[in-house]
Amino acid sequence: MRRDTLKGYLFISPWLAGFLLLVAVPFIDSIYLSFTHYDVISPPRWIGAANYKRLVMEDPFFWKSLAVTLKYAMIAVPLGMVFGVGLALLLNLNIRGIRFYRTVFYLPSIIPLVATCAVFTWMLNPQMGLMNSLLRLAGVEGPAWLTSQPWAFYSLVLMSLWTVGGSMIIYLAGLKDVPASLYEAAVVDGAGPWQRTIHITLPMLTPVIFFNLVMDIINAFKYFTQAYIMTEGGPEESTTFYALYLFHRSWRYLDMGYASAMAWILFLIIVAITAMLFTTHKRWVHYGR
Amino acid sequence: MRSRSPLALSRRQRAATHIVLLLMCLPFLMPILWMVTTSLKSNAEIFPQTDEAAITFSLDRIFPDQPQWQNYKEALETGPFVLYLRNSLMLCALNVFGAVASSALVAYGFARMRFPGKDLLFFILIATMALPRHVTMIPVFVIFKALGWYGSLLPLIVPAFLGHPFYIFLLRQFFQTIPTDLCEAGTIDGASELRIFTQIMLPLAKPALATCALFQFLTTWNDYFGPLVYINDPAYYTVAYGLQQFMGNHGSEWAQLMAVATLFTLPIIVLFFCAQKVFIQGVATTGAKG
Repeated sequence: MRRDTLKGYLFISPWLAGFLLLVAVPFIDSIYLSFTHYDVISPPRWIGAANYKRLVMEDPFFWKSLAVTLKYAMIAVPLGMVFGVGLALLLNLNIRGIRFYRTVFYLPSIIPLVATCAVFTWMLNPQMGLMNSLLRLAGVEGPAWLTSQPWAFYSLVLMSLWTVGGSMIIYLAGLKDVPASLYEAAVVDGAGPWQRTIHITLPMLTPVIFFNLVMDIINAFKYFTQAYIMTEGGPEESTTFYALYLFHRSWRYLDMGYASAMAWILFLIIVAITAMLFTTHKRWVHYGR
Repeated sequence: MRSRSPLALSRRQRAATHIVLLLMCLPFLMPILWMVTTSLKSNAEIFPQTDEAAITFSLDRIFPDQPQWQNYKEALETGPFVLYLRNSLMLCALNVFGAVASSALVAYGFARMRFPGKDLLFFILIATMALPRHVTMIPVFVIFKALGWYGSLLPLIVPAFLGHPFYIFLLRQFFQTIPTDLCEAGTIDGASELRIFTQIMLPLAKPALATCALFQFLTTWNDYFGPLVYINDPAYYTVAYGLQQFMGNHGSEWAQLMAVATLFTLPIIVLFFCAQKVFIQGVATTGAKG
């Protein structure tokens, strides 16, 4: 019996070591750090709740970054869901060449993120980029996408729609799980394609939609690389997302105590939003029949 | 005549659907096409001529007159991308091996061994998946710095060997589907637990292991944040990080920039077409994106 225990722990020891050293201890440590002033060079100095107080009461950039992140969550996330579900519904129709279309729509999601950032920076170049040269064809002079307001923010939204294929695949898998018998019954009852979509397909898809909604909102709070590379948070902090501001605080200003407080607020916001979504989900998410 | 199912589309509906889908393909493919064609253009084709203020699109501007292959050569020499490529491939190899081997070991422990606290520990493992890295990244940075690993590749290698919760979860599910009699037969033969694991379980788990390996390869290949935080010596730059640096330092050399972006993307596209099923099923069953 005791040999079994030892063997079991030996098998899981790599994860256990990683969990203790790289998750559990840092988790506790970051609570402590959030109550200190810490610049990595000298040891942390206890300052009580001063970081939290400064964040909430005195830091306009904290609120700005929170607002930018929530705006993204309220614009890019729903748009992405509409496009993702829409494409999946189209691909779920019984037509030829589905594999081809699926590949095309999914392909942008596998392009490495830094390459995507480079390509979009080039495409959105005001004088020479593809975007504005196409607009000129229609007689419109496009904006300086990445360096003007509010276009920098919407450029990032646009870019997020380009990679909607990732969620499309998940929706498509969800659609395949809708039992055909439901549709057959609906046809017998005289339901047309539109009614079938509204009353069968979408309700049956709500668990997947719910899952994606939670993940997308959490990801909005982790949104970093694109803004860091393409706009550096500008112009005038209009694309300074929460995670980007946190990064600036920690690695640009070495304000690690302050950044730890920000990380904890981020964590609590994510927990709160997830909990909130879960309390609403009984009302609109259908599991099974 | 064959009777048609009432769910089938009429010919006209089918045509309309195809038109909509084909039009949708354009915005999805154009950036990729634009990346590749720009990488082969001469500067005269990229920048506006003296008689025009800006570029207006026309179809003959999509493709270069003469593909300028030397853009690739120049780009590879400007940033030492051969070096970055070597770093990236080395990191990928170590991370894939480390993550798959350690995760499989841990997953087997959770799937087949009996020890007190197992359920609680597995619950904790699942819970850590939901923990945003922002909460732990600063103390982890401090730990690696205290170990003297800052500026080396170790912070980008060692964590992979400590198991990845998501792969552990996936592999545990897989190991649990393998009938126990197979292992009991091994036990009767006197095989040790480790031999059962390596000689019976691992070969059976090949498809699941491949999924994990693929995901880890993509993660490491794309990783930008790790090098950003831990690497300061250009000798250790990865392609992802080098590409962003190149963007900052040679911002207007679009042809070369797109050449590097193309080279960076190419292995992933090749991998995708070789293992399309693994990609799509992996994403669909796990919900992991990008």
